[in-house]
Amino acid sequence: MKEMKKVAHPYIPNTVPEIKEQMLKEIGVKTIEELFSGIPEELHYRKTLHIPKALSEYELRRYLEGLLSKNTSTTEYLNFLGAGCWNHFIPAICDEINSRAEFVTGYAGDPYEDHGRFQALFEYQSLMAELVDMDVVNVPTFDWAQAAATSIRMATRITNRTDVLLPKTISPDRLKVIKNYCSPYINVSLIDYKEDTGLIDLEDLENKISSNTAAVYFENPSYLGFLETQGQQISKLAKKHGAITIVGVDPSSLGIVEPPSHYGAEIVCGDLQPLGMHMNYGGGQSGFIATHDDIKFVQEYPSRLFGIAPTVVEGEYGFGDVYYDRTSFAQREKGKESVGTQTALWGITAGVYLSLMGPEGMYELGKSIMQKSQYAMQQIGSIPNVVASRFESTSFKEFVVDFSYTGKSVKEINKYLLDNRIFGGKDLSEDFPELKQSALFCVTEIHTKEDIDQLVSVIKQCINSK
Amino acid sequence: MKKINREHKVRNFQQAKWDEPIIFELHNSGERGVLLPHVESEIVDCVGDGLSALPASLIRKSAPKLPEISQNRVLRHYLRLSQEMLGGALNVEIGQGTCTIKYSPKINEEIASSPKMTELHPLQDESTVQGILEITHKLDLCLKEISGMDYFSFQPGSGTQSLFTMASIVRAFHESNGEGDQRDEIITTIFSHPSQAATAAVKGYKIITLYPDKDGFPDLEKLKEVVSDRTAGFVVANPEDTGIYNTRIKEFTKVVHDAGGICYYDQANANGLLGITRAKEAGFDMCFFNLHKTFSTPHACGGPATGALGVVAKLKEFLPGPIVEKQGDQYTLKSDMKHSIGKVRSFQGVPQMIVRAYAWILAIGAEGLKDVAEIAVLNNNYLYHHILKIRGASAPYIKGQRLEQVRYSWEQLTRETGVTTDDISRRMADFAHQYWTSHHPYVVPEPFTLEPTESASKSDLDEYIASLTYIANEAYENPEKVKNAPYNSTIHRVDEQDFFENPEKWAITWRSYLKKSKEIEKIRS
Repeated sequence: MKEMKKVAHPYIPNTVPEIKEQMLKEIGVKTIEELFSGIPEELHYRKTLHIPKALSEYELRRYLEGLLSKNTSTTEYLNFLGAGCWNHFIPAICDEINSRAEFVTGYAGDPYEDHGRFQALFEYQSLMAELVDMDVVNVPTFDWAQAAATSIRMATRITNRTDVLLPKTISPDRLKVIKNYCSPYINVSLIDYKEDTGLIDLEDLENKISSNTAAVYFENPSYLGFLETQGQQISKLAKKHGAITIVGVDPSSLGIVEPPSHYGAEIVCGDLQPLGMHMNYGGGQSGFIATHDDIKFVQEYPSRLFGIAPTVVEGEYGFGDVYYDRTSFAQREKGKESVGTQTALWGITAGVYLSLMGPEGMYELGKSIMQKSQYAMQQIGSIPNVVASRFESTSFKEFVVDFSYTGKSVKEINKYLLDNRIFGGKDLSEDFPELKQSALFCVTEIHTKEDIDQLVSVIKQCINSK
Repeated sequence: MKKINREHKVRNFQQAKWDEPIIFELHNSGERGVLLPHVESEIVDCVGDGLSALPASLIRKSAPKLPEISQNRVLRHYLRLSQEMLGGALNVEIGQGTCTIKYSPKINEEIASSPKMTELHPLQDESTVQGILEITHKLDLCLKEISGMDYFSFQPGSGTQSLFTMASIVRAFHESNGEGDQRDEIITTIFSHPSQAATAAVKGYKIITLYPDKDGFPDLEKLKEVVSDRTAGFVVANPEDTGIYNTRIKEFTKVVHDAGGICYYDQANANGLLGITRAKEAGFDMCFFNLHKTFSTPHACGGPATGALGVVAKLKEFLPGPIVEKQGDQYTLKSDMKHSIGKVRSFQGVPQMIVRAYAWILAIGAEGLKDVAEIAVLNNNYLYHHILKIRGASAPYIKGQRLEQVRYSWEQLTRETGVTTDDISRRMADFAHQYWTSHHPYVVPEPFTLEPTESASKSDLDEYIASLTYIANEAYENPEKVKNAPYNSTIHRVDEQDFFENPEKWAITWRSYLKKSKEIEKIRS
């Protein structure tokens, strides 16, 4: 058989030379080059790109799997890192649905072509609404940090004010994102926390809140793991000054912990990652925002909001965009902030997760996290010179361990743990120097007693080592 | 048996319709979807039920009203919903112009689904994530080569977030020169994505929008009029959403540079340019690529995604951290950029998309990248050639000179038949086609925007052309048929648009719908 002059690429059907010729002929053009005649010669890149030669599918798999094998995953080592991305159990159905080609490769089609996507996201909004006990939830944003930033910007528009108050215990990375989304016209100030409990210092809040305050934002559980018990007082104080209370929440707590709407939050936000998303080195994050169904709030969402409506045929559910004219898609710079691709597939996945869990599953999840994290705290705290938890308040899922009295730094301890196939807690010594040599440990429903005991035993060895 | 008749090209299509209720309607008290890991009795012995540690005021009083459904019913529900949509794997999504819906190779999905990727925690010690850092570094090298930029950040989670990041860098750059307050204007064009204007406005900028001249090029004379010592930056797509490449782009960037502004490039429309022309030579200081468009990572119904952001050397110190650097044979995360804008997304962005995009480039190779651009442009010009022959269709502005997409118009057809582009959009659903009009405002009357990419075969293109031709003819012969579409979709035409605009009636969640429908019933009775 005669060898063909050029092999067609499997991803590019019209690289078949005969077809290319036929198409060029049909449109009356001699060479493909002619189609680029609008690009001036000085801008034509005539060199060859320094990019590797094409690989076949088998070679590609072998090569990339080789590179990925240099990673050590949390399935190989015990993981106690959290700090905004958490190791949870993921039901197989979540992966099955979010790897369906139709969902994976869908995008921005209309409700008539993509009914399934609209219904799945409407259902996600509805399921999440039950968890936070509010009537409006958006199509997901990028992550908790950006959801918080947008919640804050919504509050500044609603109140027509420019100052916001945040707790000093907020995740430093989240704070960076918020500050960037707020600059240059929104002033972000931090509220002190009580040294013994970590809770917001109400006195400091009273001093800082004013008639310029658009919002008081806090987190429950906080970045440092403890539960903020003064929600009611904080929201009352905010209300008294005409400010909006925004609460960032970990949704995995909401089977057992009151949703923030029950203690006065008017905007609730957080991350969906605990609800069925693999950690993906941080790529599983996904933000949500929820409010009551009050037009004052609804009109300030930049996000898409999918609504339900009847069709001309009785007994059919139709879907579409609610109040589309809010968005930058409709109004460009006059719309509310901006909208575009964010993390819709994770919204669908969170919907699947909540459908599987039901109220009982969410209750058991919360309870199991409480039990296992308390056990871990108790065991770690029983190691001489180790304080767990650093704060007197109740923690959910994460807690601060203070190693300051062990004579060892967190860095040294984490190195020792790593050598023993354990990812230790997030080192807080740089971000929170006042906590000295402390680390943030995360324990979820996936940890067994054996895992926790192993951690405790290696910490002991480390501390006793020279 | 008689063969399926595909000669006339228009598909005899019926979208799946499962009459699937809303998930809450599947509730059966007591059913369980999944069980959780056990809590060992020793733990219970130590800490009890765990809940008594909670402050009473924080214990949830009433359980969330989530449905209780068995596992197989949940699976079936979502599988059925997945059937009630299209997507680029199942369908040829020529109709989603500007979105570059190309083939997302399955092998890339498989590779990125490895636990060596999915089960990595973002704060793991660098020594345990050398693989993903190396892949990031290698994609970085490829994108530098493709764009001519000097450094890349993969943190932004989309094109829009990349535009926001670039606007943030523009501000930080001028602030570092003491010109932060003075330079308060950003110039863009009307045929660029709305996010360009919107994200610059989020950063506090006043927006100046250039309109096209009679040929569809952004107006250079107008640009010269509006630039000043207040110009902070100029952001543009090229080609714009019309598919027309601005041949004088270098003059544009020069005018802006001469006035002290930063030029940043929205490369969402880069698919026809790979290996052909680069951001650097056109004079840009920054650019971004949507990995989910040009580099084939799947669109995922709208994310997760990555807007890979490239900058020239002088802007490196403004990038959000961390970025990946190679030191010796080790890869490390660097966060100490002197003027860093901070962060735009948690952790390191969406790294699983980096793996997919790099895999795609490896499967395509340097020569293949040029094939991608050439075939995407050939396909588009083939489509353009044939669509202009359809009665009532046109492509405003200059004749020819279209690269990877075109914004067309049904102005004539609407005038002659009363059928609008929105009607045609719904009718296209009857033939299994996506069809996108345009962002607002509709500068082109009755617009539609098509982008075939390199993934469509000639027969895919022929089918799309045949469907549009069929519907255009139908508009002239039986306009009501088009206006009342769809007929073969999962659902029929939504009855009352009022449900989306009227706060009394809109329902953004099922609970809201239940409340409001009761109220509406009450009023009716």
